[in-house]
Amino acid sequence: MALLEVKNLEVYYGVINALKGISFEVNEGEIVTLIGANGAGKSTTMQSVVGLIPKRNGSVIFDGKDISHTPCHKIVHLGMTQVPEGRRIFQELTVYENLLMGAFSIKDSSGFKKDLDAIYTRFPRLAERKNQIAGTLSGGEQQMLAMGRAIMSHPKLLMLDEPSMGLSPLLVDQVFEIIKDINSDGTTILLVEQNAGKSLAISDRAYVLENGSIVLSGTGAELMASDTVKEAYLGG
Amino acid sequence: MELLVSTIVNGLSIGSIYAMIALGYTMVYGIAKMLNFAHGDVIMVGAYAIYVFLAYVNPLFAILLAVVFCLLLGVTIEKVAYRPLRGASPLAVLITAIGVSYLLQSLAQIVFGSASKMVMVYDFGAIKLFGVTLQVSTLVTLAVAVVVMIALTLFVKLTRTGRAMIAVSEDKGAAQLMGINVNKIITITFAIGSSLAALAGLFYLLKAPSVSSTLGAMPGIKAFTAAVIGGIGSIPGAMLGGLLLGFVECIATKITVIAPYTDAIEFSILIVILLVRPTGFLGKKRREKV
Repeated sequence: MALLEVKNLEVYYGVINALKGISFEVNEGEIVTLIGANGAGKSTTMQSVVGLIPKRNGSVIFDGKDISHTPCHKIVHLGMTQVPEGRRIFQELTVYENLLMGAFSIKDSSGFKKDLDAIYTRFPRLAERKNQIAGTLSGGEQQMLAMGRAIMSHPKLLMLDEPSMGLSPLLVDQVFEIIKDINSDGTTILLVEQNAGKSLAISDRAYVLENGSIVLSGTGAELMASDTVKEAYLGG
Repeated sequence: MELLVSTIVNGLSIGSIYAMIALGYTMVYGIAKMLNFAHGDVIMVGAYAIYVFLAYVNPLFAILLAVVFCLLLGVTIEKVAYRPLRGASPLAVLITAIGVSYLLQSLAQIVFGSASKMVMVYDFGAIKLFGVTLQVSTLVTLAVAVVVMIALTLFVKLTRTGRAMIAVSEDKGAAQLMGINVNKIITITFAIGSSLAALAGLFYLLKAPSVSSTLGAMPGIKAFTAAVIGGIGSIPGAMLGGLLLGFVECIATKITVIAPYTDAIEFSILIVILLVRPTGFLGKKRREKV
């Protein structure tokens, strides 16, 4: 069953047609990736799905509910959480306070301690630095914090926008390991990446986005083998 | 000795009034990213509200009603005048705020006339402290302001809503992704700011028992100056800037030669500080987004 179903999504920035009616779906338990070049509309897709930028046309069905016109802060409460591009952690708050903000949508605070411990176990660096101001963390640590913060809201669907951006190769591998790990715990993943090779390798299915349209789709392995993808995104 | 004690107490007292008003400016700026130039006039509305309610109930209850009235006024102004402009150019919002300011002043003139009204809230009398005669109302002002500011600081640091306010002030989009309702947080911010303005209206009545439609204009600008000196957007900055300005004002008015230039001196300090430290004392350098 599709957990997320996007139909005919159209987004404009002024007169510029950034998304030209794209449709895709994410099934429960999957890792699905949108790959594409800079400016193809990947982040626009992520932000309009979650309600951060307005949709001109199209619908978004999440967990059986039409959320096309639901404001962003309410969507989080339904179980869709996004790790935004550039991480956007709260720089002035401590690591602990950032995680606390991550749990903002959880009304029942009784499980908080357990969730927090789980995050600290998954990301030992965050435990070491829990009282540090988040703005002083390294890029890799900030990415861990952004992911930890998102998991605190118990998402059914976790959306990650360019999680490997700006990280060293070693950290990139680590990030993809963590994504696989989160997925194996039962969280469905929608991933947006420029790093096509690494993301296709962990994906069940993927879509290729070009100039605001989906031009290709298939399983991760299919796309890795496709000549178009090889040529355009995997360096020949 | 006498001069020292009275200067300190009066400086703290005036400063804490400025600080309370400056908090309204700075919190709204930090969270809604706008300068609410109608904020000063809410002080005036608060004073008139006390004047009206005093005719019906005892002073304490009148103050409480005035605070609630200003709270609702602030929330209404935000909803009616500012919310439709969310995402509009900052200039449009600024002009709207100035418009709201004139609207409040004009409404007050229509309702209460242009002559000022006498308002005796309560006569606390005077006491002798360290051989110095001090107005008890000055001490009450100081005490209430300090309690309110401590409470506000704890609220922002320790409560769920307070932390959400910090989150919204830093990154609205990311805050929404946490499930924070940004509009609700902005409403709460206006409610807090306007309640503090109502209390400031009370403090002005305790200092000088009369109110006219322009009561809030000068304190508004002074407190805005204080907020900028302290670093607009910073809560401790607003408190620091307010106290600093209060002291300067208090000292300047005591020195006969420069007393007439008190306002000029205060605004000159703003210019000098902006030249040396454009972000104010505790303001943050704006980070460039990559």
